[in-house]
Amino acid sequence: MPQLLIYLIQAVVLCLVVITGFAYLTWLERKLIARFQVRIGPNRAGPFGLLQPAADAVKAMFKEEYIPGHVDKFVYVLAPMLALAPALIVWAVIPIAKGVPAMGDVNIGFLWILAITGVESFGVILAGWSSNNNYSLLGALRSAAQMISYEIPLGLFLVSIAMLGGTFSLVELVETPRAPWEWIWIWIAFPFFFTSILAETNRSPFDLPETENELVAGFFTEYGGMKFSMFMMAEYINMITTSTVVSTLFFGGWQGPLADRYIWLGPVYLFIKVLALLFLFIWIRASISRPRFDQLMRFNWKFMIPAGLVYLTVSAVITVFLK
Amino acid sequence: MSVFAFLIGTLSLAAAIGVVVAAKPVHSALFLMANFATLAILYVLLDAQFLAAAQVIIYAGGIVILILFVIMLIGHDPADHSHQDLTRPAMASLVLGAILLMSLGLQLTGHLEVGTDGGIASGGSPSAIGTELFTRFLLPFEFVAILLLVALIGALIMGRRESGEPEEPAG
Repeated sequence: MPQLLIYLIQAVVLCLVVITGFAYLTWLERKLIARFQVRIGPNRAGPFGLLQPAADAVKAMFKEEYIPGHVDKFVYVLAPMLALAPALIVWAVIPIAKGVPAMGDVNIGFLWILAITGVESFGVILAGWSSNNNYSLLGALRSAAQMISYEIPLGLFLVSIAMLGGTFSLVELVETPRAPWEWIWIWIAFPFFFTSILAETNRSPFDLPETENELVAGFFTEYGGMKFSMFMMAEYINMITTSTVVSTLFFGGWQGPLADRYIWLGPVYLFIKVLALLFLFIWIRASISRPRFDQLMRFNWKFMIPAGLVYLTVSAVITVFLK
Repeated sequence: MSVFAFLIGTLSLAAAIGVVVAAKPVHSALFLMANFATLAILYVLLDAQFLAAAQVIIYAGGIVILILFVIMLIGHDPADHSHQDLTRPAMASLVLGAILLMSLGLQLTGHLEVGTDGGIASGGSPSAIGTELFTRFLLPFEFVAILLLVALIGALIMGRRESGEPEEPAG
């Protein structure tokens, strides 16, 4: 029983940290995009607008919980929760310091990531369907097609990296020593992997399920108040989570100078790496315009998936003959 | 542990009944997802982690989303289907159910033995399953790969546009 209690406390602390991260990620994004567009950004609540997330949270919580009359109530209420939960669950297997996973080390760490990103799209799809609104439905359809398609290259690159590391456990993967040429080969996969992740998390420039100039707000057109905020939370927490996964797979996770000796340095290095990747997310949002939906799909099926297959084949050859 | 397994099993059965009983197809799909998820938990309890992950990746993440996709593409169907003639599907499911029940009964009473040599020795970890697949079960594994390839080509041929001239001659 005490063990169960420890797990519970770990889980609660982890959720609180990630949700605080979400709050300040919205602040960071607004500030950075403002700088990219030569504006100032939020600067009224607190120094540098640092209290803005708190003000937004209070505002969302005190809004009326309005449920439109034409929706499928059960699914409508369920959808935001289904969107938010997977984003938090992925964290369980990520190592945050030497030999310390966030929740537990499992021998299916990679598969866990694939499985959870697979069910992530349920929230979006069900939100679009239950809203009983054509714009929402179109957003949901786009999201379903996009997520199923981009999961394939994501899986192909993930499997290649697992194969090169020789393990399915993320804790072991980070601690596997690698030759420099091996790092270079892994980094070749990074742009592909990151592109798939942009599509999987519905981030700009692949935010086609919610394009405001075509679909009002896509799948969450009919949502307001806290339920709308939960979709926002899901999106931003997904950004944080996938950044952590990427830094674990491609940039050594918690590793850095002296991180072996001083265990508390692990989370610090991880935080710095995640922050850099989040900056990349926001930078891309501010710089690249959105493609058309058919362009997005064609790019996946005619470029990303063949590239993934080639990468997988070459990685297999490397694993067998060069290691 | 066994209490937990019993609880999850009950939930799984309830979800399975929900799939059949639910009036709206999307609700059926949701129950199906709940059923797959609880099955995955049962696999974890049986120490078959790989199977659990595969269950979620393929069934919950892939197939149910495809089902939802199709339901949404077809859109709202206002017609009432509750008076449709269901004799033939019912017959088919009765026959299949009887076969399943019979084989389970035979196995439980020891008249039929499947996987006699103790199955997979070292549990359901990915490496154990991978080793088994690429040593003892290599031939069936390769045959399944060919079967999937055939299915893929079949889907390609069926999905090719039929109206108007095809852009290129088939080949």
